[in-house]
Amino acid sequence: MNLSITGSGAVSPAGWGVAAMMNALSAGEQLKPVLLERATSGISIQTPVLRVPAENATTPKFARLRRASPISKFAAAAVMEALGETRLAAIAAGELRVGVIFTLINGCVNYSNRFFGEVLADPAMASPILFPETVFNAPSSHISAMIGSSSPNDSLIADSSGFFSGIDLAAEWIERGDVDGCLIVASEEIDWLSAEGLCLYSKRYLPAEGAGAIYLEPGDGPVKLLQLPDPVSYAGRSRMAAAREVREQLEVVNHEQALLIDGRAGIRRYDQAETSAWSDWTGPRWSPRMILGEAMGASAALQIVAAVEALKSGSFDRVIVTTTGGNQHAAGLMLGISPA
Amino acid sequence: MAYFSDSPFPRNPRSVVVSGAGIVSPMGRDWAENLAGFQAGRMALSPVTLFDVSRQRVGTAGQADLPAIAPDFGITRKSWERMDRGTRLALLAAREALAEAGLSGGEMPIIIGTSAAAMPIGEEYYKQALADPSRRHSQLQRVETYQAQRQMTDMARALGVHGPMRIVSNACASGANAIGHAFHLVRSGRAEIVLAGGYDALCQLVFAGFDALQALSPSGIPRPFDAARDGLALGEGAGFVIVESAASAKARGAKVLAEILGYGAATDVHHLTQPHPLGDAALVTMQAACTMAGVAPEQIDYINSHGTGTPLNDIAEGNAIQRWAGEHIGKIKVSSTKSAIGHLLGGAGAVESVICLMALKGQFLPASLNVREADPVCTFDLVREVRQARVEKVLTNSFGFGGANATLIFGKEGIS
Repeated sequence: MNLSITGSGAVSPAGWGVAAMMNALSAGEQLKPVLLERATSGISIQTPVLRVPAENATTPKFARLRRASPISKFAAAAVMEALGETRLAAIAAGELRVGVIFTLINGCVNYSNRFFGEVLADPAMASPILFPETVFNAPSSHISAMIGSSSPNDSLIADSSGFFSGIDLAAEWIERGDVDGCLIVASEEIDWLSAEGLCLYSKRYLPAEGAGAIYLEPGDGPVKLLQLPDPVSYAGRSRMAAAREVREQLEVVNHEQALLIDGRAGIRRYDQAETSAWSDWTGPRWSPRMILGEAMGASAALQIVAAVEALKSGSFDRVIVTTTGGNQHAAGLMLGISPA
Repeated sequence: MAYFSDSPFPRNPRSVVVSGAGIVSPMGRDWAENLAGFQAGRMALSPVTLFDVSRQRVGTAGQADLPAIAPDFGITRKSWERMDRGTRLALLAAREALAEAGLSGGEMPIIIGTSAAAMPIGEEYYKQALADPSRRHSQLQRVETYQAQRQMTDMARALGVHGPMRIVSNACASGANAIGHAFHLVRSGRAEIVLAGGYDALCQLVFAGFDALQALSPSGIPRPFDAARDGLALGEGAGFVIVESAASAKARGAKVLAEILGYGAATDVHHLTQPHPLGDAALVTMQAACTMAGVAPEQIDYINSHGTGTPLNDIAEGNAIQRWAGEHIGKIKVSSTKSAIGHLLGGAGAVESVICLMALKGQFLPASLNVREADPVCTFDLVREVRQARVEKVLTNSFGFGGANATLIFGKEGIS
């Protein structure tokens, strides 16, 4: 069965919408960070981060989102951009069964931070409103409720390879006939908990936030899913070896007609596996994290949204997207404008 | 797994079996201890000692008895100590499942359900970050090992299992979803053998969260389907199974515990934390699983219900069972084993699946304990004491926060 990506959405530090993100990638310069400040007794901890701007937010109006954390609002905006009004109406009319797959690393850290803070202060007074939003699948539940879909909905916890696993699961649902189409969405939000945590790996990391979403459905759309090999686990091999295995499975004949969008963030220690695996690549290459920052679970989704846009531009006939996750898998896929 | 546009999706469903199972719960550290406990109708709840509950309304839960030192199957002391409590539970159960299936690892996908994951490590990170922000000692390790995929990759390494891994986090349906995913992979021919299961350990944040929602039974005694039930008890544990094609199991000469006959999943969009009062999504999953299994409600010999003991869940599930069974409702036998071990959250669906396998193998029905007067919704046969019975097909329900609903159906070998 041929599968195509026929919708995409993005919320990134560059702004709300795919266009804002693509403009930033075209400009090719790292976005300007702001300082996330945490005042503690005695010292103030400042972490440079890239936040989604508050201006021009496209968060849909939906009751459940009023009390939701940014992770859900980013995801909802990206999903609505990917889905579009026509499909939304078809779901409401019972004519379209749309599954939801949500992939993430951190989840709702803002509410987790606030809730656990209250628990430590006095568990008897901890807010019952906060706790449900801390559950990993709260954002995906909001998405299904927002689009009015009772079709399957799964949340997957993973490193940055999670979005690739999400697409694989979506392909399975579609091919089996469980759904007519599937939204795959990844979203993350900034909080000092996760931002300081990421910078423990390297001070050069630039924590970021945002969401990416794609809509996958059967058919010969302009952007086809051509190859999605199994992610390669680190349980039995090194990151370097895993990245090489992904490389071996994703080969194109003509590098000049193909684009490589990799997962490098500009930190040699963590980029090394991917740099080495693709050292012989002679075609054009984008590294969105070097511009948009490290949005953890959402970064791979933004890479794939960028790949969709690159194909739609007509400049390439193949795009390979790769990521070498932090502690689980290396993964990759190939999209194209015609069957391989 | 994996998708290639030029490869056809397998069309002919295959028979799927469970060739091994492992369990750790408050009832015991393995299949034998759990079987003995459930056959005896024992309740395994106790005062919480893992963290401070002095300011909570409730002080009891189902705590598992974990070995203090690394078990002697090749895992180093250092690896064991780096694992969080949940991963240790998962490792023991997964190891038992592999051993029972006559396997010692290999290239197979792993699908795992969890809700809280390694939250206790996250709690430690948080406390130190607040208490002494400038002290970074051990914080990187905490950030790294807090991540579920890191913990599960370490577990896979310890088990010698090297395939791709999927971690499903659909709240309290996670474990059932994980087994359902594995079932589909094998049924469709995309995998021969999958290690699947679910786990969760008790932790302070989640305990306080359920208490804040006033979902915990103040008495500490959960009474699912009792007219005066007042909430659930939390528990911890892990259940794992080896999901395998019947052909593969036969070729290996592996013993078969049961067949997996059907699986259904749906989303209840009624409310983030409350089920639809008539159990609409639960009805969908039960019907879907039965259709896939090719069985009618009256052919189901036992339902291991989600049965949390909260007022809203039990009404919704009871209504769904009534609607699903129709005129046969009086013959449908139902119990909730959460009354004995508590609600194991992301581990619940997997652990309760293993309990269903015990019921099939041991030909008994586990009991819903602590029921004084059954709720009027129980027009089904609520099993209040352990019974010996002919058991050939069993169904287990799992429902979670966010509306994740799942149903699995197991049958005795050869039943399909």
